[in-house]
Amino acid sequence: MPQTTSSSSSFEDDLPAPDAPAAPAAQASTDALDALLDEIDDTIQTNASQFVRSFVQKGGQ
Amino acid sequence: MMFGDVPAPLDVDPARRVLGLETEFGLHFDAPQARAVTPEEVAGHLFHSVVEWGRSSNVFLTNGSRLYIDVGAHPEYATAECDSVTQLIEHDKAGERLVHDLVEQGERRLASAGLEGTIYLYKNNTDSAGNSYGCHENYLVRRRADFKSFAAVLLPFLVSRQIITGSGCITRTPQGAHYSFSPRADHMWEGMSSATTRSRPMINTRDEPHAHADLYRRMHVIVGDSTMAEPTTFLKVGSTDLLLRLMEARIQLPELALANEMNAIRAIAHDITGTATVELADGRHMSAADIQEACLEAVTAHIGGIIEPSEEVEQIIDLWGRGIAAVRDQNPSAVETELEWAIKLRLIERYRERLGCALDDPRLARLEMAFHDISPTRGLFNRLQSDGLVRRIVDDAAIEKAKTEPPASTRAALRGRFVREALASGQDYTVDWVHLKISGADPKTILLKDPFRNVDERVDVLIAAMSA
Repeated sequence: MPQTTSSSSSFEDDLPAPDAPAAPAAQASTDALDALLDEIDDTIQTNASQFVRSFVQKGGQ
Repeated sequence: MMFGDVPAPLDVDPARRVLGLETEFGLHFDAPQARAVTPEEVAGHLFHSVVEWGRSSNVFLTNGSRLYIDVGAHPEYATAECDSVTQLIEHDKAGERLVHDLVEQGERRLASAGLEGTIYLYKNNTDSAGNSYGCHENYLVRRRADFKSFAAVLLPFLVSRQIITGSGCITRTPQGAHYSFSPRADHMWEGMSSATTRSRPMINTRDEPHAHADLYRRMHVIVGDSTMAEPTTFLKVGSTDLLLRLMEARIQLPELALANEMNAIRAIAHDITGTATVELADGRHMSAADIQEACLEAVTAHIGGIIEPSEEVEQIIDLWGRGIAAVRDQNPSAVETELEWAIKLRLIERYRERLGCALDDPRLARLEMAFHDISPTRGLFNRLQSDGLVRRIVDDAAIEKAKTEPPASTRAALRGRFVREALASGQDYTVDWVHLKISGADPKTILLKDPFRNVDERVDVLIAAMSA
């Protein structure tokens, strides 16, 4: 629990930087993003150019 | 024959506003023989089930919304009349799901015609050739004689709001690619006009209120990007609504008129640092963040006065301020779970690092298309959201309910009920925004001119007769 760590260990010298409690959440978020990119990588890379060019539609309003 | 007397308009609290969103979806059929079929034909297959029950590809649903094929074979969903921003998000999201629900049968029909392939629907604003389609916002305002000068006050806000509510996009130029705030900005040609496909104004001034014309007008804003992130749509509509409240109360807003809206909207779109300034009519120069800050300050000054404080208002103000700060600080990560341009930028940059490619790489264009794909299982935005990487404003149960149930406190409740009963009775009927009509041997038409009226004796009588 980040909150517990920062309040109960405030006398220790080797405290993490004040913004460190947010770091695990940020890391988890990046990991989730990377996992998603892993999963879609093949689909995105396959004939990307042709797939993109094949989407042409008249303008709307 | 008109049925019954039109009741007098309701006396409505000035803070109540009818809101609506119209979204044109990109339609893409990916198949080996895709060239053998036109977008119009694909749209026809997609809407086959709609035509089967509605006898038309232009129908109103039991949730009060309108679903149809618009100019250029774009499936379009227009939400019913909502009267809160949160409710509008539910109905806008319900529209994505309803349009997506047509895909499976559309693909089956195409396959049986020998065209095995996949239908993609995108909630975005441009195709790969640079054709544009839109997301239109409707705000019911009280009629006044000086509508055009009234509406013009909104233009500096609309030109600059893309730094917080833009969808973000990679812009490709002969000099290379860069990331921009808004894909729609380059397709805007003037501030105000009554034309849409010919000249593309930011506000369409065509006088079509779909309501008592002596009381109301419709502020029809067509400059916004389609947005998938709930907090972004929430901020887009919420901030515009709050500003309109001040304008309708005849509060003098800061003088921000721009020298040239068309130049300004492009200059702002293409400067992701947010530091570019645009020229005002009085010769001053301001950045988009400065203009937004001035609008936000004007609104904030009237909270507790003209604007009644509420949780919704508080959320709009909070995100508005944080959105401006993220641009000023050049720190997109501060809003990377809320504002669409930052959500998408993060995704693109992460993938670009992995590929070690330039921003104009076609794989990143493909990634953008995947982001806007409305499929709940395949679409990247939807995947990010279900992985908890995008903040929610509404929940799935509310969206599911909005697929079939109309907003309860507006005219949509009457329309939705009528459509449901007419379908159940098997009688021929036609519906539009202001009419409910039973056709056949003894036709009857009800004119619904008050968008706030959700109870109407004439509708009760007509429904009773229909089911008798």
